[in-house]
Amino acid sequence: MVLYFLKRAALTIPTFFALMFLTFAAIRLVPGDPVEVRVGERGISPERLAQFRHELGLDQPVWKQFFDYVWALLHGDFGTSVVTNEKVLTEFFTLFPATVELSLSAILFAVMIGVPAGAIAAVKRGSWYDQTLMSISVVGFSMPIFWWGLLLIMLVAERLHLTPVSGRIDLIKFYFEPVTGFMLIDSVLSGQKGALLDALHHLVLPVIVLGTVPLATIARMTRSSMLEVLGEDYVRTARAKGLSPFRVIGLHALRNALIPVVTVIGLSVGSSMAGAVLTETIFSWPGVGKWLIEAIGRRDYPALQGGVMLISAIVISVNLLVDVIYGVINPRIRHGR
Amino acid sequence: MADSYTVAAADRPVIAAPAPFRAFWLSFKENKGAVAGMAILAIIALMALGADIIAPHSPLEQFRDAVRQPPFWVTGGNWRFPLGTDGLGRDTLSRLIYGARVSLFIGISVMGVSFVLGVVLGLLAAFSRPWVDVLITRAMDLLMAVPGLVLAILIVAVLGPSLANTIIAVTIVFLPRYVRLVRASAMAELSKEYVTAARVIGVSQFRLMFATVLPNCLAPLIVQSALGVSEAILEAAALGFLGLGAQPPVSEWGTMLADAREFIRSDPWILTLPGLAILVTVVSINLMGDGLRDALDPKMQRS
Repeated sequence: MVLYFLKRAALTIPTFFALMFLTFAAIRLVPGDPVEVRVGERGISPERLAQFRHELGLDQPVWKQFFDYVWALLHGDFGTSVVTNEKVLTEFFTLFPATVELSLSAILFAVMIGVPAGAIAAVKRGSWYDQTLMSISVVGFSMPIFWWGLLLIMLVAERLHLTPVSGRIDLIKFYFEPVTGFMLIDSVLSGQKGALLDALHHLVLPVIVLGTVPLATIARMTRSSMLEVLGEDYVRTARAKGLSPFRVIGLHALRNALIPVVTVIGLSVGSSMAGAVLTETIFSWPGVGKWLIEAIGRRDYPALQGGVMLISAIVISVNLLVDVIYGVINPRIRHGR
Repeated sequence: MADSYTVAAADRPVIAAPAPFRAFWLSFKENKGAVAGMAILAIIALMALGADIIAPHSPLEQFRDAVRQPPFWVTGGNWRFPLGTDGLGRDTLSRLIYGARVSLFIGISVMGVSFVLGVVLGLLAAFSRPWVDVLITRAMDLLMAVPGLVLAILIVAVLGPSLANTIIAVTIVFLPRYVRLVRASAMAELSKEYVTAARVIGVSQFRLMFATVLPNCLAPLIVQSALGVSEAILEAAALGFLGLGAQPPVSEWGTMLADAREFIRSDPWILTLPGLAILVTVVSINLMGDGLRDALDPKMQRS
């Protein structure tokens, strides 16, 4: 098992190096000089300019710059924002918990509804329920989520006043220093009455928006996987044995049907962290996605470079983890290779 | 002997398999959703093609006397602007019709370029020396490893936001799927006997790749291309919404949505209609793609 994990992990190392090359090359291709952004419009003396170039390593040959970049990355230095002068790594991990909280909640929402909905559709194949669910799921994964978010804000928040419009918590009513960065945990730790409820309230719409596409995918996947399993011999045996339909479906069929679904769920975790870019922008959710878009607006290329690198590295690692978990729950894969 | 065989075959028309296209159509039309999707898509495509004739106004003309006019079914709306006007007094219906042109153009160009590049790179990977295969596969793995929208954002940030760069960015994001698909299906075909037979006869490498093997890899590729159009439209609209896609005053649906954000309280229809246009287009392409898949490739199951 450990060997399997190490093998899989080793395979991602070239990807990481290629990723470094990609982010490095991309930023080098940006027209204009990063120094000019920092200098601003008033201009500075040529000596100071040369000093800036030296500080940023821009007076070195390109291969040396790349080598320095990789060296710095390996030492955990993801550069410094040219706008805030903060370390990119620090900025990223201050905002990252907000994105994780949103993504994981969205996936939880998608799994809790998608798995039972898909399983029931498979059991009642061809029924009115099945057809309706499958139609809704096509709409679900075709959804332009940026529009879906605005639509929900318009209807649920503005018209019906059921949820707040944006943010993670009501900053006028509640104020506390972040401890973990996870609002749901911090609001409990703060001990303020109603804080957790308010944080949950703020989470509802963003979770629905970010969870919609995974929900549709998971429901369809569960249904098709369940249909396959229901035709297997061991399900027939379980039925013939006289087990209650609930035990047959819940215990024997669903458990096996979920194996491929787990992969989809895992991959959704990675892609939803990226999809959070849109959701965070719509809901002014202070996470890394919104930060990345703002970095482009401010022409903060080190932040963009570091941000893309970090998000991609995290997604690659999550996908690796999913692969390994899949190997654990489905030994056929592990021994097959 | 050969003659008698031909006659015998002609005597039994019942057994003869229907022509490939007819077989496909018979199976495709069974799927009601797919046919509906194709019909709606045809209407949208016609609107896009005939935009200059159909659209009541120019998509760019600003009617200063009719800013933020509601659609005809809301009080205050009229038939001069059937779907109302936006914040600058431009006719929404006309902008949506011209927007169909932009979105379909993006979707089809991304699909076309990815299809061609995907076939070339995929076949090269399958047929060439191992190091070419490793190089192509690794490069595609890398592009797949970076989350789609993040990669597109990075590319657009580097190239600068515009319609052409949107197409480039979205193509780079979706290209790996085509390459992998072609490579995998070509690899599967390579071990089959007809390929060996062709090799033995002495068919040239080029002919073997494009004339012998490629036609047998087409079914999944066509399905991927159909679904790829809808994904490209969604991704491009997302970029437009973030202000990184087509730039104003181009009437692109995502950009229209971004402009409409400020009217979320006052004029909900300005916001509702462009999104609805994206959704209807993407749903109809996806329904059609599902039908294509079931008709062309019964083995392939979409999650």
